[in-house]
Amino acid sequence: MTILAASGWTAALGHPFFQHALLAGTAIAAAAGLTGYFLVLRAQVFTGDALSHVAFTGALAALALGYDLRIGLFAATILIALLLGTLGKRGRADDVAIGSVFSWILGVGVFFLTLYTTKRSAGNGGAGVNVLFGSIFGMSAAQALTAALVAAGICVAVLTIARPLLFASVDEAVAAARGVPVRLLGFAFLTLVGACAAEATQAVGALLLLGLLAAPAGAAQRLTDRPFRALALSAGLAVAAMWVGLGLSYAVPSMPPSFGIIAAATTAYAATFLPGIRRRTATTVAGLTA
Amino acid sequence: MMLLADTYPAWSWNLVADLRQMWAFPFMVNAFRAGTVVAVAAGVMGWFMVLRRQSFAGHTLAVVGFPGAAGATLIGVSATYGYFAFCLAAALVIAAIPRAGRSSGGQESALTGAIQAFLLACGFLFTALYQGLLGGVTSLLFGSFLGITTAQVWVLAAVAAAVLATLTVIGRPLLFSSVDPDVAAGRGVPVRLLSTVFLVLLGAAAAEASQITGTLLVFALLVMPAATAQTLTARPSLSLALSVLIALAVTWLGLIAAYYSPYPIGFYVTTLAFAAYVLARLGRAAGQGLPRLVPVRGAS
Repeated sequence: MTILAASGWTAALGHPFFQHALLAGTAIAAAAGLTGYFLVLRAQVFTGDALSHVAFTGALAALALGYDLRIGLFAATILIALLLGTLGKRGRADDVAIGSVFSWILGVGVFFLTLYTTKRSAGNGGAGVNVLFGSIFGMSAAQALTAALVAAGICVAVLTIARPLLFASVDEAVAAARGVPVRLLGFAFLTLVGACAAEATQAVGALLLLGLLAAPAGAAQRLTDRPFRALALSAGLAVAAMWVGLGLSYAVPSMPPSFGIIAAATTAYAATFLPGIRRRTATTVAGLTA
Repeated sequence: MMLLADTYPAWSWNLVADLRQMWAFPFMVNAFRAGTVVAVAAGVMGWFMVLRRQSFAGHTLAVVGFPGAAGATLIGVSATYGYFAFCLAAALVIAAIPRAGRSSGGQESALTGAIQAFLLACGFLFTALYQGLLGGVTSLLFGSFLGITTAQVWVLAAVAAAVLATLTVIGRPLLFSSVDPDVAAGRGVPVRLLSTVFLVLLGAAAAEASQITGTLLVFALLVMPAATAQTLTARPSLSLALSVLIALAVTWLGLIAAYYSPYPIGFYVTTLAFAAYVLARLGRAAGQGLPRLVPVRGAS
């Protein structure tokens, strides 16, 4: 890795592992940016937090039972996302119920981690850490392509339901009165969040995916009031954070890629708190959600 | 698992003999002492956390112990200091986030989420820089009851005593301002100051519990006993006591189960606590027709 750092940016693109990371990372970041925007708008960030922990258990359950990690990821996150939807009113779960469910699921994840590391003791000690913190540079070509296609599918799905979802998120009562299927949209959205969490786990890891969901979306909402512009900005910021993070960790080999990505996303968010960088008008999208 | 079964002590159903055998080891005695201290602190602080609906803030405070401990290990000081430094600092940061009423809920939680993810990423960076801590990462995240020293137990007990003493002083106004912040503010209760003090206390409790259950599972000990207790009864003093009792029972049973089996304590503690919560919810759903003891709203 130290030799790689010296050979410049064009050389970085020549490495297959970097190409795979860039392909999967870009698509995943775009999906996380789009989903994250609605997550913040609907004040459901805690749900995203819960799903990130569920992803850990799903992945390790699949590993411990000998299946592909991704099957466990998607099955666990989507199922729990739907379950969380049923726990609360109108497809939005209650914080305490979410907290209880996900901390138990995390405990089960620890059980599977122990099961996995004791059953297949040869060189698997890092499996838990990889799931928690991601290993984007370790993706194979096939994995990267699948991840990119699924992420692209999530992007298309979010954009398809964007307009009614926006309506339902900003003013649920009026949307319901106008015949928008609010409850159905809530569940569809949670399914997409679940799929997105499973995707992002492969890039930045279960513990850090919240940063990719919340930080670009939070920054975009501080920068502009116009929903579709904010949506685009959120996706753009997430992709930019992904590129910067990958580049940084290529340049500084001792820095893990997931740290670089989250640090870039957080820095962008922090920058929106500087004086002078602030949206111009006072009518806020956040204000409409009250 | 079958292989490992031989190396773990056998459970004999003779409770006295089992306990005596377990407590013959100083590390188990320390684990039980520390577990008791932590369970009481977490039961009480968690009860207020659930009442105030600050689960997300509580979870963030709980997980930031990880970069604290990893950073402390990296610079070569005791992990205990790292836990307390980071949890208390994060409490002050979260308290400093301006609250512009309910409307900014999404924005506020986005900020909390970003802080949480960033600090966890820092923790990962520290462990990557430290190198060779791979086994240590799992025990930082998921807890370990082995190797708790008597000195550590004293530190835990002192901090818990300070937390509970402060809480006794601010308990009544805190309860008032948690149940109805607007009326409390109108009656001259310093709601904002109370909220800051509360977050700091919560941070201290989370830092304590991190050392037993690991940073990822602290939240279980904070939220589940309290949620169970508040489901069972709406009378504040009774449900507070119940919350502490459940936390204690869950921790003790978890320690015993973890001692007699190859699986980690975090799994047992979360599973037992969740079972209690589900039973309480089911019980309440079954007895839905019955009125609750006192109709205080704000908790459910």
